[in-house]
Amino acid sequence: MTKKNYAFYPGCSSQKGASASNFATSIEVMCEKLGIQLNEIPDWNCCGASIGYGEGGLLPRLVINARNLALAEQNLPGQDLVSGCPACWLSTRETAEKLHEFGDLMAEANEALKEAGLNFKGTVRARHIVEVLVEDVGFAGMKQHVVKPLEGLKIAGYVGCQTNRPFGIAGESFENPMYLDKMIETVGAEPASGYDQKVTCCGGALAFSEPDKSQKQIRDIVESAYDHGAEMIVTPCQLCQANVEIYQSEINKKQGTKFAMPVVYYSQLMTVAYGGSLKQAGLDGHVIQPEKLKQIASRQK
Amino acid sequence: MSEQNQQAVARYRNNFLKEVEDRVEDGEWVKMCMQCGVCAGSCPFGPHWEHSPQKIFMMIRAGKREEVLASDSMWMCTSCYNCIVRCPRKLPITHIMHGLAHYAHRLGMAPKGQPTREIARLFWNNLAKTGRVNELKFSLAMYFKDGFVQGIKNLLAMQGIGMGLMKARRLNPMEILGGHKCKDKDGIHKMIAKAREIEERKQGYAS
Repeated sequence: MTKKNYAFYPGCSSQKGASASNFATSIEVMCEKLGIQLNEIPDWNCCGASIGYGEGGLLPRLVINARNLALAEQNLPGQDLVSGCPACWLSTRETAEKLHEFGDLMAEANEALKEAGLNFKGTVRARHIVEVLVEDVGFAGMKQHVVKPLEGLKIAGYVGCQTNRPFGIAGESFENPMYLDKMIETVGAEPASGYDQKVTCCGGALAFSEPDKSQKQIRDIVESAYDHGAEMIVTPCQLCQANVEIYQSEINKKQGTKFAMPVVYYSQLMTVAYGGSLKQAGLDGHVIQPEKLKQIASRQK
Repeated sequence: MSEQNQQAVARYRNNFLKEVEDRVEDGEWVKMCMQCGVCAGSCPFGPHWEHSPQKIFMMIRAGKREEVLASDSMWMCTSCYNCIVRCPRKLPITHIMHGLAHYAHRLGMAPKGQPTREIARLFWNNLAKTGRVNELKFSLAMYFKDGFVQGIKNLLAMQGIGMGLMKARRLNPMEILGGHKCKDKDGIHKMIAKAREIEERKQGYAS
């Protein structure tokens, strides 16, 4: 199969030993099977995430993202920039669009980029891996490689915020996007229908600064998954995954709940369904163990 | 009052709307708000804002400069973008809230010790140092932002979570020794400094 090439922007959380390192592991088998060749952008830097606004301001934020776009343009010409992290994707896409729309910002960004020996012409498109899956591979293409359907698993598809807003996946609604449910079906599992916290905010970076307010959000997200009969939550977002998984123990401690709801990435479901091992799916990187998925991964067919 | 703040007051007199339009990210959109309140009702942290975005927009038009810039409301934004996609007038509300918070921070008018303001500052300084976020150093900086004793208390309270993440190999204690970084961090420093200089020049902070 001829592979399709993309300029890959992993983002800080996907580095070795970082909070979403198991996500980074889990996309390898998935991409291999689907003919997606991710070429890491050399010396990429942090996107500033959303919380970067406080100290960063507009132009410095645009410039750090323009650096990644310029590095992709120069080193991996003709390839779409692709990120698996919604914050990286959002910041990079916003930068690409703003610089494209406003000539003065493009000139200013390039004046600053010159200090790092770079120049951005504006030819790169910033995309999310989910866009590559849905638009370039398609649901039929994703289904084709399933050798181990995740039968009997009921999963709540938790899309969260930034994969869904403000850009989202083309053709999907902001209030009730369906692609994640469709991906769950594609790998042979059952989406928890009517899961009403699908696009609820987990608190994002404010999980650190406003823990009580954020944990209220997280409680709703987990509780509704239980109410809808789900055995695990699946999400496309690194910060959602971390917040919703790791703060369940805090909520249990403070509020007397007994939450132990595993939270995994779509790529982990796909890797297992494609016959990947527990390790290849990054299932050894969880605080709350996704036992059922681990069992399927360890099973010979 | 900071020098930059004095200079802004002198320059814009009583026209706070003009000040916001000139100096705040996407500030030129503020006058488009029709006060429907959809943003206020769509915000996940809505109940915790002293002033909803809708109110902030009206206060800007009413010239309530001090009340807006000193408010902790904008710092309640989780960047969920609900308000942006629902606003019937298509105002980039999230961006305006970020822009207002940043402007207030830059003028030294944002509430002191506001926790989100603090983590925003720590996060940016963390990433700007090496070009990449060091999650361990960022977490430690956050826990110790209110002093050593409180820092130890925070660490103890969060040790279960920290150990869990280390066991899952999603938090690396060796990051304390430096960790991931960009090769061209000097270029990144110069580039960010230049961007700041251009922005200050453009917004007339220097004049």
